[in-house]
Formats: sequence, C-alpha cells, structure tokens
Amino acid sequence: MEKRLILNSKILKLSRICALFIALWAIPVMAFSQGKAAQDGNKPYDPKDAIFEHIGDAHSWHVSIPLVKPFAIPLPVILYTDKGIEIFSSSNLHEDEVYHGKNDYVLVKNKIKIADETGNVDATKKVYDFSITRNVASMWLGMIILFIIFGSVSSSYKKRVGKAPKGLQSFMEPLVVFVRDDVAIPNIGVKHSKYMALLLTLFFFILINNLLGLIPIFPGGFNLTGNIAVTLSLSFIVLLVINFSGNKYYWKHIFTPEIPLWLYIIMVPVELIGIISKPFALMIRLFANITAGHIIVLSLISLIFIFNSLAVSPASVVFVVFMDTIELLVAFLQAYIFTMLTALFIGMAVQEHHGEQHEI
Amino acid sequence: MELVTPEIGLVFWTTISFLIFLFILGKFAWKPILGAINEREISIENALMKAEAAKEEMARLTSENESLLRDARAERDIILQEARKLKDKIVGEAKEAAQEEGAKMIEKARLEINMQKALAIADVKNQVASLSLEIAEKVLRKQFEDASKQDALVTELLKEVKL
Repeated sequence: MEKRLILNSKILKLSRICALFIALWAIPVMAFSQGKAAQDGNKPYDPKDAIFEHIGDAHSWHVSIPLVKPFAIPLPVILYTDKGIEIFSSSNLHEDEVYHGKNDYVLVKNKIKIADETGNVDATKKVYDFSITRNVASMWLGMIILFIIFGSVSSSYKKRVGKAPKGLQSFMEPLVVFVRDDVAIPNIGVKHSKYMALLLTLFFFILINNLLGLIPIFPGGFNLTGNIAVTLSLSFIVLLVINFSGNKYYWKHIFTPEIPLWLYIIMVPVELIGIISKPFALMIRLFANITAGHIIVLSLISLIFIFNSLAVSPASVVFVVFMDTIELLVAFLQAYIFTMLTALFIGMAVQEHHGEQHEI
Repeated sequence: MELVTPEIGLVFWTTISFLIFLFILGKFAWKPILGAINEREISIENALMKAEAAKEEMARLTSENESLLRDARAERDIILQEARKLKDKIVGEAKEAAQEEGAKMIEKARLEINMQKALAIADVKNQVASLSLEIAEKVLRKQFEDASKQDALVTELLKEVKL
C-alpha cells in the first residue's frame, strides 16, 4: 500500500512537471497574442518587426505575463551629448514623442536621436547612448544570479572543507571541474591556473545568459549573448588576454615564421589578420548561433499570427519545443565552444615550443 | 545591418561589468572553489596512495605470516623427525643395552653355574675321594690283616723298583 502511494505521488509529480512545461510553452504564445491584440487588427501582420524588436535592445523592459496587462519596467537613460551627460527615466520616452531635456530627444526605432524645434531628427548632432538598456539590466540580472550561486557554492566549500560536495555545490562542481580538466588543461597545459578565472567566468556568463534568454517570460527572454556588442566586448577581452600572454614563440611565429623569405610578404599580413580573426570568429559564432535560435523560435510562433489561425498553434508549439530543446543544447555548446576556443588560443600563445602546427 | 552594428553603450557596460564580474568572481568564487577542489583532490590522492600502501603492507604481512607459518611447519616437521629419530635411537640403544645386560647376566649366570658345578663336582670328588680313601682304607685294612701278605706285596713292589 505504502509503495503504491509513493508511486502515485511520483506520477503526480511527473504530471505536474509536464503541465508546468506545457504551460510554459504556451505562455509566449499567449503573451505574444496579448501584445498583438492591442495592435491594429487590419494591418497585415509583419513578423520582422516583432522578431527584431525581441532580439534587439530596448530602453525599457517590456513585461508580458499571462493574465496581466503588459507593462514596461522603466530603465535609466544615460546620454552623452555636446551638452554633457543627461540621465532620465525611459518612461519619458515614447515613439514619435519629443522629450525635452537639455536637448530635445526623440525615439526612432528604439534609438534615441536629437530633435530640432520642429520635432524632426537632427542628424548633425551626435548622441552617445550609455543607457541601462534591457540587455544591460538583464546582464546584471544574470551576474547577480551567478553571484548568488557561486557565493553559496564557495561558502559551502569553506564550510565543508575536504568533504564531498553537497546540493548546489555538487551540481556546480562537475561544471567547474569540466572547464578545468576538459577545457583549460588540455589546451593550455601547466599554465592553466592563471587563466582559470577568465575561462570559468566566460563559460558561466555565456551559459547563464544563453539559458535566461531561453526562458520566454519576464526575467528571461532577452537576447544578450546574441547581441553583437556583447560578443564583441567578450572577444575583445579575449583578444587582449591572448596577445598579452603571448610569449616569444608566439610573436616569433607571427613575425619571423620558418619559411622562405619571399613568403613573408604574404604570411606576416596573414598572421597579423589571424590575431584579429580568431577573436572575430568567436564574436560572430556566439552572436550568430544565439540570434539564429531566437529568430527561429520567434518565427515559428509568428506562424500563428501570419496564418491568423489558432489551428496552426499545435504545429508551431511542437516545433518550438523541438527548437527550444536544441537551443538548450546550443546554450551549453556555445558556452563550451567559446571557452574552449579561448583556451585553445591562449594555449597557442603560451606554448613553449612552437612546432609547425597552425591555428584551426 | 542594425543587427550587426554594436552599440557603444552596450559595449561599454558589458566590458565594465564583465571585468568587475571577472574580478569579483575570481577573488571570491573561483579562487576558493578551485583551491578547495585541488586540495580535496590532493587529499583523495594521498588517501588512495595510503590505502594502496596499506594494502601492499597488508599483503606483505600476510605473505610474511604465511612464510613464517611455512617455516614453523617445516621446523615442526624437522623437530618431529628428529624426535622420532631420537626416540628410535634411544629405544634402539635401550634394546641394545638390555640385550647386552641380558647377555652379561646370562654369561654371569653361566659362570656362576659353572663355578657352582665345579664346586659341586669338586665337592663330589672330595667326597668320592674321601669315600674311596675310606673304602680303600677299609679294604687295605682288611687285606693287610695278615703279615705275609704285606711282605709279599713289599717284595713285589721292590721288584718293580728298578734302580
């Protein structure tokens, strides 16, 4: 009897989890439809705007939760213009409406521009936008989550010295050990400990933002790691780390490779381009993978609105579930690849005896 | 095109945030975590090595015990064999001694017997001699009761004596 009870409870739990998942997959559709319902029904639906609005950045964080009226969390707008720094809330900004600060500002396609007296965009005046946008806010959210996770994990390491890991600690430890044993050590070798902090931070930063990006509702649903600015910053840091840790063999390989002298005209520029192209490939790879995933998922959802029929939704949802599963894999895979290639490039830069091997 | 144009704001914030994030995590998370993992790995390795050493020691002790036992058994066998030999020797010697003693005693007895026999014979001889003498005396006395006979004998004896 007891055993049956346990069995039943397990089934109950399983069915609850299933229900939760079904509800989760249904949420983006519902949220999406709520947003669309507000729009003019006569206009033919254009998925491009919706998709690009999602994968791009925004000055306020639009929140769509089922059964709740969609609202926007205002975020600080920080602008640097010829009249100095200006800070105001994004709730003051609306499409096609002029905000009067030190300058007059208008929001055109999510970009802040300076307007002249008539309310038109004044292209002659430049504005540098350092706003805390949705992506910045979500990045900080991801960082806070990682701080909480690793704060607790590192405190449990301090508390449980020499003991087996437990709870969250035992969940994170294999990932940390994976980065160390399968990413850092095989690629960098004995000097890996100096780069462990960078590799682990990169891995978990990309991973958490990839995963949060997959969550369709509020705290997630952004496209941070699929934003070229973010991948550019990450790969620029990687570029600096690679070249600052490059030893004499690395530089010798670039400037005086062991080839006939006349080939130098070709090889030295190629190697110099290689310095840039390696991190550049990292930047493009992460950006393209994550953005593509988001675009596919959103396009599949958009099918419902393109056909303007609820009958399409089962097919859409099935495909979205499929894509989300793949995206889950991609989230891990891209974090792994970015970290792995960073480790590989660092390894090539710090290698003591440079043989005839070339970059992949 | 807008998609692949990095915005300066996001670049700025990402770089700043990531560097701070890297610094804080590096100091407060990765360092203690990796340190603890390394330490634990070293201690586990040490423990394994110690266990291996203990196992070897154990095996060594066992084999030593076995060899000791074997030696002891061999020694016991040798001792037993020796004891058996000794016993056989002692028994043999005892037998020999007994035989010798017996032979000696028999010899002694024989000698005694011979002696007694000789004594007895001597005694008998004496008695026979004395008896014979008595008889001879009596015979002679009877014979030589008459003087003529005595003279005859003397004469005869004298004849026999050749000078």
